[in-house]
Amino acid sequence: MKKHGISLVLLAIFTLLLVGLFLFHDLTGNRDYVLERRAWKVAALLLVAWSIGYSSVVFQTLTGNRILTPSIMGFEAVYLLFQSIIVFLYGDKTFRVLTESRNFGWSVLMMLGFAVLIYLFVFRREKNNMYFLLLTGLILGTLFSTLSSFVQMLLDPNEFSLVEARIFASFNKMNTSLISYAAGAGGLMLVLAVRYHKYLDVLALGREQAINLGVNYNRVVAVFLFIISVLVSVSTALVGPITFFGILVTNLTYELFKTHRHSVLLPACGLISCITLVAGQLMVERVFNMSTTISILINFIGGAYFLYILLTAKKL
Amino acid sequence: MKIAGYLIVLILVACVSVFIGVKDISITDIFHPDDEEMLILTVSRIPRTLSLILAGIGLSISGLILQQITQNKFVSPTTAGTLDAAKLGLLIAFLWMPQSGLLNRALMAFVFTFAASLVFLNITDRIRYRNIIFVPLVGIIFGNILSSVTSFFAYRYNIVQNVNAWLVGDFSSVLKGNYEVLFFSVPAILVTYLYANRFTVAGMGEAFSKNLGLNYRQVVNTGLFCVSLTVSVVVITVGVIPFLGLVVPNIISLVYGDNLRKTLPYTALFGALFLLVCDIAGRLVMFPFEVPIGVVVGIAGGVLFLILLFRKR
Repeated sequence: MKKHGISLVLLAIFTLLLVGLFLFHDLTGNRDYVLERRAWKVAALLLVAWSIGYSSVVFQTLTGNRILTPSIMGFEAVYLLFQSIIVFLYGDKTFRVLTESRNFGWSVLMMLGFAVLIYLFVFRREKNNMYFLLLTGLILGTLFSTLSSFVQMLLDPNEFSLVEARIFASFNKMNTSLISYAAGAGGLMLVLAVRYHKYLDVLALGREQAINLGVNYNRVVAVFLFIISVLVSVSTALVGPITFFGILVTNLTYELFKTHRHSVLLPACGLISCITLVAGQLMVERVFNMSTTISILINFIGGAYFLYILLTAKKL
Repeated sequence: MKIAGYLIVLILVACVSVFIGVKDISITDIFHPDDEEMLILTVSRIPRTLSLILAGIGLSISGLILQQITQNKFVSPTTAGTLDAAKLGLLIAFLWMPQSGLLNRALMAFVFTFAASLVFLNITDRIRYRNIIFVPLVGIIFGNILSSVTSFFAYRYNIVQNVNAWLVGDFSSVLKGNYEVLFFSVPAILVTYLYANRFTVAGMGEAFSKNLGLNYRQVVNTGLFCVSLTVSVVVITVGVIPFLGLVVPNIISLVYGDNLRKTLPYTALFGALFLLVCDIAGRLVMFPFEVPIGVVVGIAGGVLFLILLFRKR
């Protein structure tokens, strides 16, 4: 426990250093303006990193599996379909018809609605099958992406560039009021979650053991699924989808911290997520000179790492 | 329904498919066609119907073989990364050898799909519980990884929209002269029929098949070879048609059971029929425009698959 404490402190220091580097490196021109922009960007990065890291760890505990993350359940497909459709309907007038805050609100609502629908649909029939829930989500996701591809085919290239800006997550054009809303939602979820954190270590033992130990399994799982859905929807609507981010950071966490205690795993994964995302954004800005986007970079690295896990793990 | 019944229905639907289109050609015209009608029939209509039949047979058989080899009803080109690998191969062929012909592109797509199938099989071998739903989950994620590589390159070269558009399955651009690669799937389908029993045995596992005197590696590789060949020529000529290889074999196995030798012809004919019907629907929905078949099958197949999934439990 003590060893983990020291590692956590080291990680926290490293995160702070990285954030400092991001804020103050190459600070020229109108300092106040640049610093303010960068501060908002860092806030968004940390918020998204924490949301995805946290929800991925909890999700993997619920599913008893290291290689699944909530983003594969079709949230992103819903988001992309919604974005494609509004651009298809309103064309280049999209921004006049639908303000960014409205778009954000509707996107979150769509994704949450989708999540609630499939939870209801699956859990009404089958009380406990997580994999079944995932496959249903994935199939619906494939269905929605086929539809999005079709809608995108009909767009003219100028309009498509509007959609393309949303397909690939980006932190470069942050709307500051949205960050506050997202932070509010995230904070609220954290307050809700704290009361249930004590169950996570028991849930990790599996459904039967958890019930046997007196946990109200269905209720606790439902609460956590709700929290996960809110966090994932909000961060997707805020910056766009980053599919493989969750897999990358959770597995790095398990690799560095060989423990099953969530009191260690949750903060550790949060910090590692922050480091990964801030470092990724720094690389996109300073090394790639914006020639790629952070979601593509992270999906590329995360995907490769995931493939490595699949191919080297003795048992999955 | 007997095989003959399916054949008759298939021929009827194929005839309907030939006579649907913007240019109105009636059945009677077939006996004394003028030059224009003759041209439309031989250059566009007949190749289109033929390629629909070939793709329908090819994709559903591919799904069936994959399901036999992995012994999992939910595995298919859509859920094993095969389609995504073909996309990636196609993109790479376009980027690195822009002058290359159809054959070279098909070859590139084939290399990628074959490699991806081998990798996927390697992964499924190591899944602990062989949970029936877990295997396709891993397959779809594996496919997502391959697409993330595709989008990495597509974004760099600013062709994201084009890549998405090529790959939505669409038969409207099939013309005489650009669909003939599809015939490569015919030998693959024949080999499948000859190997049917061996695939069944191979599906029972490596140890078991060796015990029965079967060259396990050879049989599995032959199966994957046939699947990769079929999927890559289909993706090259018409694009991605999701779910077909998943839904058709499952429906047939619900009705006719799992004797592969016996169900293969049904699967093939029903696959062709399903694709023809979806294509006709896509052509009529907003006539004279078309909804690409990838979208029609994507929706119909996705819904059917969910129904199957819920009924199975």
